[in-house]
Amino acid sequence: MKIRIYVTLKNGVLDPQGKAIHHALEGLGFEGVKGVRAGKLIELEVDDSTGDDALDEMCRKLLANTVIENYRIERGEKAA
Amino acid sequence: MIVFPGSNCDRDMAEAIRLVSGAEPAMVWHRESALPDRFDLIAVPGGFSYGDYLRSGAMAAQSPVMRAVKEAADRGVAVLGVCNGFQVLAEARLLPGALMRNAGIRFVCRDVALTVENSQSAFTARYQAGEEIVIPVAHHDGNYQADPETLDRLEGEGRVAFRYRADVNGSARGIAGILNEAGNVLGMMPHPERMVEAAHGGQDGRRLFEGLLETVG
Repeated sequence: MKIRIYVTLKNGVLDPQGKAIHHALEGLGFEGVKGVRAGKLIELEVDDSTGDDALDEMCRKLLANTVIENYRIERGEKAA
Repeated sequence: MIVFPGSNCDRDMAEAIRLVSGAEPAMVWHRESALPDRFDLIAVPGGFSYGDYLRSGAMAAQSPVMRAVKEAADRGVAVLGVCNGFQVLAEARLLPGALMRNAGIRFVCRDVALTVENSQSAFTARYQAGEEIVIPVAHHDGNYQADPETLDRLEGEGRVAFRYRADVNGSARGIAGILNEAGNVLGMMPHPERMVEAAHGGQDGRRLFEGLLETVG
């Protein structure tokens, strides 16, 4: 089973990378971009039996730093 | 001395410890699950452990040796984390907060002026509170952040050990180094081991090791 884990900075946490991307977009002449936040997408291929608790623990222990980041787990299609 | 793949300040730090204490530090590879029988200090050096993959210090914090480091820290053994070592200790939750990308995006590599905020710890006993010292930084992810309650608690409990005198990386409240609750774990972004002899251009870092030698050695 494919799992997608989206790791994003918490609201209010300054995102220097997002800011730099924003400036670069403006430099390219794109108008109307109000803000940019950069995050991570982590894809896992796991056994179909992998439970929500285990995925949650993976995020809390390693994949996200919950001091500054939020995470969202998205379950994909089960393997055929 | 804990050594991870990608550590690159371990030998400098070992040299500083050797110079000040005359003792030969044991270099302990990250795969070890046990520490030597007798030791007074654990040093977690700077560098780019595991290539800074995922987040700086995140992979190293999960390595086998860190379980032993945590146990030793819980027993009250002095633990010094510098630069990437600070990031590792924060990721391992031995210290609160997180080290984020520098607010100015750039890698900062230069001497910086610090204020010694707390001279009561084992690490800062040889400094005066309020004293200005100069120690170099070299980091990309040194922007210390924590929630306001944590920051207030750190300030209130005298756990801010060092503060930048001018903004370096966007750190909340100019924090350059913090202590854990018990005061036996210090994490700091500046490199005291790079200021221990006259040829370094200053010796302000040397007193950190001298203070440690007096208090824990």
